[in-house]
Amino acid sequence: MAHSRIARHSSKLVLGIPILWIVLFMLVPYGVLLTYSFWLKKYPLFVPAFQFGNYWTLMTDPQYIKVLLRTLKISALVSIASLLLAYPFAYYLVFRLKNPTVRLVLFMAVIAPLWVSYLLRAYVWKTILGTEGILNSFLMSIRLIDEPSGIFLYNQFAMVLTLTYIFIPFMVMPIYTALEKIPRSFSEASADLGMGPIQTFLKVTLPLSLPGVVAGFTMTFCLSFGDFIAPFLVGGPDGQLVANVMASQFGAALNWPLGSALAVVMLFIVLSIISLSDWFEQTGKVEL
Amino acid sequence: MPAIIELRQISKHYGSVIGIEHVELSVEDGEFLTLLGPSGCGKSTLLRMIGGFEEPTTGQIILSGQDVTDLPPQKRNVNMMFQDYALFPHMTVGQNIAYGLKMRGIGKVEARQKAEGALDLVSMPDKIDQMPHQMSGGQRQRVALARAIVREPKVLLLDEPLSALDANLREQMQIELKHIHDKLGITFIMVTHDQTEALVMSDRVIVMESGLIAQDGTPEDLYERPATPYVANFIGTTNLLPGQITARNEVGTRVEIGGQSLLTHYEKVPAQDSVQVGTRPEKARFLSGEDAEEDNTLLGCVVECIYHGNSLRTTVRLNDEQNFHVDAMLPMGMARAASPKPGDEVRIAVDPDNILMFEIGS
Amino acid sequence: MTASTTNPPLPTKRRNRVARTRLAADSGFVVIVSLVMAFLYTPILILVIYSFNDNRTLTWPLSGFTTSWYEKLFSNDQLLTAIGNSFYVASCSTVLTLLVGVPAALALHRFKFPGKTVFRRLLLLPIALPGIVTGISMLNMFKMFGFNLSLETVIIGHATALLAVVVTQVFARLQRLPKSLSEASSDLGAGPLQTFIYVTLPNIRTALIGAGLLSFVLSFDEIPVTFFLTGRDNTLPMYIYSTMRRGVTPEINAVGTLIVLTSLVLIAVSVIFTVRDKTGRE
Repeated sequence: MAHSRIARHSSKLVLGIPILWIVLFMLVPYGVLLTYSFWLKKYPLFVPAFQFGNYWTLMTDPQYIKVLLRTLKISALVSIASLLLAYPFAYYLVFRLKNPTVRLVLFMAVIAPLWVSYLLRAYVWKTILGTEGILNSFLMSIRLIDEPSGIFLYNQFAMVLTLTYIFIPFMVMPIYTALEKIPRSFSEASADLGMGPIQTFLKVTLPLSLPGVVAGFTMTFCLSFGDFIAPFLVGGPDGQLVANVMASQFGAALNWPLGSALAVVMLFIVLSIISLSDWFEQTGKVEL
Repeated sequence: MPAIIELRQISKHYGSVIGIEHVELSVEDGEFLTLLGPSGCGKSTLLRMIGGFEEPTTGQIILSGQDVTDLPPQKRNVNMMFQDYALFPHMTVGQNIAYGLKMRGIGKVEARQKAEGALDLVSMPDKIDQMPHQMSGGQRQRVALARAIVREPKVLLLDEPLSALDANLREQMQIELKHIHDKLGITFIMVTHDQTEALVMSDRVIVMESGLIAQDGTPEDLYERPATPYVANFIGTTNLLPGQITARNEVGTRVEIGGQSLLTHYEKVPAQDSVQVGTRPEKARFLSGEDAEEDNTLLGCVVECIYHGNSLRTTVRLNDEQNFHVDAMLPMGMARAASPKPGDEVRIAVDPDNILMFEIGS
Repeated sequence: MTASTTNPPLPTKRRNRVARTRLAADSGFVVIVSLVMAFLYTPILILVIYSFNDNRTLTWPLSGFTTSWYEKLFSNDQLLTAIGNSFYVASCSTVLTLLVGVPAALALHRFKFPGKTVFRRLLLLPIALPGIVTGISMLNMFKMFGFNLSLETVIIGHATALLAVVVTQVFARLQRLPKSLSEASSDLGAGPLQTFIYVTLPNIRTALIGAGLLSFVLSFDEIPVTFFLTGRDNTLPMYIYSTMRRGVTPEINAVGTLIVLTSLVLIAVSVIFTVRDKTGRE
């Protein structure tokens, strides 16, 4: 029957199209990336080879190790800063705020910036923090400082601030969702059994919301780890992150094999973090 | 009577877990059959297999002579009323009911007429243009019924159809569903865990226990002659006491229960002497002093009286420390005061016709 | 509080203390919420305000009101071309990502097949994977197989990076849809395709619109993937990016304000759809 043939074909398409896409545009590119990472740079181009020289360079050249460590540090600081702001915010929305409309509006207000150009959100901090920027001129106009200060822009603080600004919605969303899933009766039961609010939070609410914290941490960490726009705009000469080094290998430095090796390392780190967070979520899973 | 549905050696395994084991069942055309059992006994799985939503691991399903085991739901002339009603939330009542007709290629005008007819049948005229979310639970249930019967299926499947309704509405709908069954004359197969519902509505009840058929019979059969202690306790309450057969003769069977002796006329006498003796609480009564000649009695001491409105349940501790329930109706004028009180020594009389016996381990 | 109903009433002193700590905690929370809101919205406000300031340098105090930066924008051909390119890229990649993402979500929801875990992992990877890795790996592939970079390669890159957005949103909606709906549909004689068209699709419609709008916006603003995959043509963010290299200008603020405005409209549209969807249900 024609009809059932269409049905059978449609169910094949449902699985076939995404698999084809994944293979063509994810697996093949990753494969090529891996291949390139073993090639050799021979001026002015690169030649096929199978050698670990690029990885060796990354592991031994202090310049790269320094950038890698710096990136890890910045990403960790961004994740912690986001967490410190996002957790109380989400907690207040879910447990303390009585008005559901206000709650929805505030939640949407945190998500909304995701819809506003990421580039602009990084750029605007450059206009605020710069030596001829808004913050400096404001401070001068209220006579707090006499001449423009360079301490705001082009340093790691500016980078952490900007990246936190960009990625904080990714921290709020999963924490909010995790907190929302916890039945109110749990904290009521805990209070009924004689626990104070702080103990209740530490023993009941916090452990149950940990999966959300882990998910948020994973996302903010990974995304900051691979960012190259914010460092470019507000990071300054000393603020290069891994992604900037990587990008320059495909631009000015013209060393695709080394850049590819760096991308493989980044892919590997991100995959490890995701697996770790998955594992954490699986072992700590509580059915609510 | 011809069989409309035959299940042949149906089994369902989930990995190594057995859901249903070698079920044989034949359903007559026009019958109201109920699958009854606690959750997890396999009754819903069986119903869903008939509907085509699940495949048996082994076995065959025959629908009016045709093997439909491998057919998807849309190719079976069977319709299901879902437990959560499964009304399409984005369609009006009329569109919901006409959906199955549209799939059959029936034109809009005719489909609407039929939908109106089906709504009349479930006493819901004038609701054709409402949305499901504007209706009460009971109304949605009727719409779901109308949607299922408008296709004039050979068999209507009902998955716990009344479980989402509150008690009063449920009783009313039990009767109404039965009337609709009589009017349509098609086969109804219902799944429920509510024994009253099963007794009230069905021509025949299949009691299931962990994937097996425990008993297959009319409501009277199940209540008066339960095949196993499981059935006896699932349908109504039964006092089950361990006993020893001391004599078998033409008068009846004599059983010793904790030092006291009872006579029973029950036909199915177990071969072994160790048995379980069953008595319905409402088929036992208390004796007052002048009924001295009654000889089929148990002695005990009242420990608790529970008031049920129209009846009173008295728990008596027999001499051997076993509990025995006696239900007494409280007809007009009969005060609770007349009944035994906790601490009273009592004699309980049971008619030999009302004492069941089961083999140990059945 | 439940505690007070089961325990004997607290002495007045104690109760005052409890009330006071509650008040302190709540004001602490309000401070944090205000801080987060100020943190998120002051910069956007500054962006908008300075797009109307009549001074070339972005300094305090404001010097005067002007709309000249906007007028300049509309006579800037390069910019207009870039906007056109961005529309083209965002529309195409949204359509593509829906065409691939919806079947993927359906497959995740409905089918059991070997390798499903890997399939799911790969689909969702781009959520946490920095765009630069997607960009670079695709750049490598296109170069190796001799494709020229163009807006079309950008489209493929965007569709891949945004797939996860569509899949998570559509999958979440499918999970909320009772299984009995599609069962009822097939019970009433509909084949899988009819069930999808008449029952599933109308019920996930708002999720599709939401996911589509979000994909559109994200693609419109995308930089890391575009950076590596574009040829001679610039998208709007790439154009802005190259202007930024030359320094800070009020024109960028004007473009930014327009983008913020567009985003607001799109957010409003998606909120309206979500709200209408919710009130339509219960």
